Amino acid sequence: MSRFDRLALKQEIEDFLYMEADLLDQREFLKWLDLLADDLIYFMPIRRNVKFGQHAEKENTKQGEGISWFDEDKWTLGKRVEQILTGVHYAEEPLSRVTHMVSNVRLLEVSPSADDAQDVVVGCRFLIYQNRVEYESNTFIGRRIDTLRRNGDSWLIARRELILEQNVLLAKNLSILF
Amino acid sequence: MTTKLPIDRMIDTKNGTISREIFVSPEFHREELEKLFTRAWLFIGHESQIPNPGDFFVSRMGEESVILCRDTKGAVHVFLNSCRHRGMKVCRYESGNTSLFVCPYHSWSYTTDGKLQGVPLYRVLYEGQLDRNEWSLIETPKLHIYKGTVWASWDAEAPDFMTYLGDAVDHLDQVLDCRDGRPGGSEVIGIHKWILPTNWKFAAENFLGDTYHNPSHRSVDMIGIGPSARAGQTGRRDNEYNKGQHVWASFPAGHGVHSVWMPEDFEYQPSYAQYPLVDEYFRHCFEERKKRLGDKARIMPFTGNLFPNTSYHGRQPRGLCVWHPHSATETEAWRFFLVDADAPAEVKDVLRRFYMRYSGPAGMTEQDDMENWLYATKASTGTIARRYPFNYQQSMGAYKHNDPIPGDVSTQITEQNARNYYDVYAKYLKGDGWASLLGTGDAVRAAAE
Repeated sequence: MSRFDRLALKQEIEDFLYMEADLLDQREFLKWLDLLADDLIYFMPIRRNVKFGQHAEKENTKQGEGISWFDEDKWTLGKRVEQILTGVHYAEEPLSRVTHMVSNVRLLEVSPSADDAQDVVVGCRFLIYQNRVEYESNTFIGRRIDTLRRNGDSWLIARRELILEQNVLLAKNLSILF
Repeated sequence: MTTKLPIDRMIDTKNGTISREIFVSPEFHREELEKLFTRAWLFIGHESQIPNPGDFFVSRMGEESVILCRDTKGAVHVFLNSCRHRGMKVCRYESGNTSLFVCPYHSWSYTTDGKLQGVPLYRVLYEGQLDRNEWSLIETPKLHIYKGTVWASWDAEAPDFMTYLGDAVDHLDQVLDCRDGRPGGSEVIGIHKWILPTNWKFAAENFLGDTYHNPSHRSVDMIGIGPSARAGQTGRRDNEYNKGQHVWASFPAGHGVHSVWMPEDFEYQPSYAQYPLVDEYFRHCFEERKKRLGDKARIMPFTGNLFPNTSYHGRQPRGLCVWHPHSATETEAWRFFLVDADAPAEVKDVLRRFYMRYSGPAGMTEQDDMENWLYATKASTGTIARRYPFNYQQSMGAYKHNDPIPGDVSTQITEQNARNYYDVYAKYLKGDGWASLLGTGDAVRAAAE
């Protein structure tokens, strides 16, 4: 694997992530759903204040057990999109104005190789700005780890873990797509 | 204990009007904290969160942080989370296990039963002056554990919790008891905490019996997000209440519930389509519950609010919500999700997934509530808006006493629960005694009955 293969792959992955963010910001929700793998895991833990030394074990709620902000699959996300498209989901009617920023992109795992990548684990930071109706605004900042799966010329999101840097959620709703 | 606020003029439930001031004014917020949250029984947490000696869970009472703690001998306490020396929070973790709460500021330390133990340089600086026994953590004088739930009051004169709860107990039981009717046995599987730019009473009232707001959930009813939605069913939950008579009951201490009174011969309604094991579990529980509870099994819970700020969902979903006021126009919401502790893993998994997509800030149903409460608060703060009261005239007088269940019971959608709630709220703000607050010393009510 050459440095150039890895650079090209990183560029390709970044382009995919930016394109995906743009679909959400352009409110192309149905097109966005097409980027999700059928076996998608979409997870946002709740973060807790724990004693030093207990972070690995206790800081974040765990995927697959108990209660998190999100621990769901493609069907549920499809329902979220369907709900917005009813036009009477009042928490998103009128629609929020949203910008998804993606940065600090790093390839964490590539398999089998950069010149023939089929599965990629990519880490990034997200900064999402939501502005609603007149004066309501929320900023969601955190870390994200995505598992992407090769899908012809493009990619599918097979796993998304969103580590939001908040404890008590400071927004009244998580009505946008992350 | 008197107040300068013209409460009777603002809360006129005989004519069905309530001033917007009580939802937006900082004066009412202060009065509530002084006169209501210092006296009423408040929900603190659940024993399943503190199973072992030394376990603690940090909770809230109104605007203040409190520690729910099982001491090293096994007794349960609720302490104000503030050092007696300079007030620093002695615990800033959400939960854990400890033998001491050590204040980060000057290192005063307290044992799990609240006693002041460590005072640095005690002999040199305090000997003969500071009596450790008088400087324990401040503890609620009243605490009661009911079927795993922990409740406390700051008022030493408060009646015992079961008296305070009154006939609302039959409805709370439906939340706390095992689905098969065994008493208690629930556990907390997770907690949501979030900030709402709204007055806390909008949220309490929503659960108190405001079934009229159903149209705001049209989107989830259209698309279907319930436990059987994957099998193509619309609606936001299963139709467990088929053929039941919806009832709205209010109680003298201010509690209000929306439950369903099932017919004598009611049968299990297939639920959790797509999950045969879960359906089978609930079918089994349903039959067991009927056998165990007899006629009482006919009460099926929907929602309710225990005065002042503890709300519940009884079945789909199932949990307790507490609305903690931060200010007149900001609330910190906590939701405790419940399941039967001994339910099979698959049942718990299907339930938790449903709870998450239904409830809280990420919940497809409740997001629309939050939108309503926010903008109802915002649009009521204006000078002109405040001159015009809210309307509470729905189903005036349309209720019976103790028929078919205890309480003032309506069989049509009603704001009677809210009118009763604000009558009791007004009594707290006027500083009434407990006989009045419980409705037992209310001459008007007695005469009417």
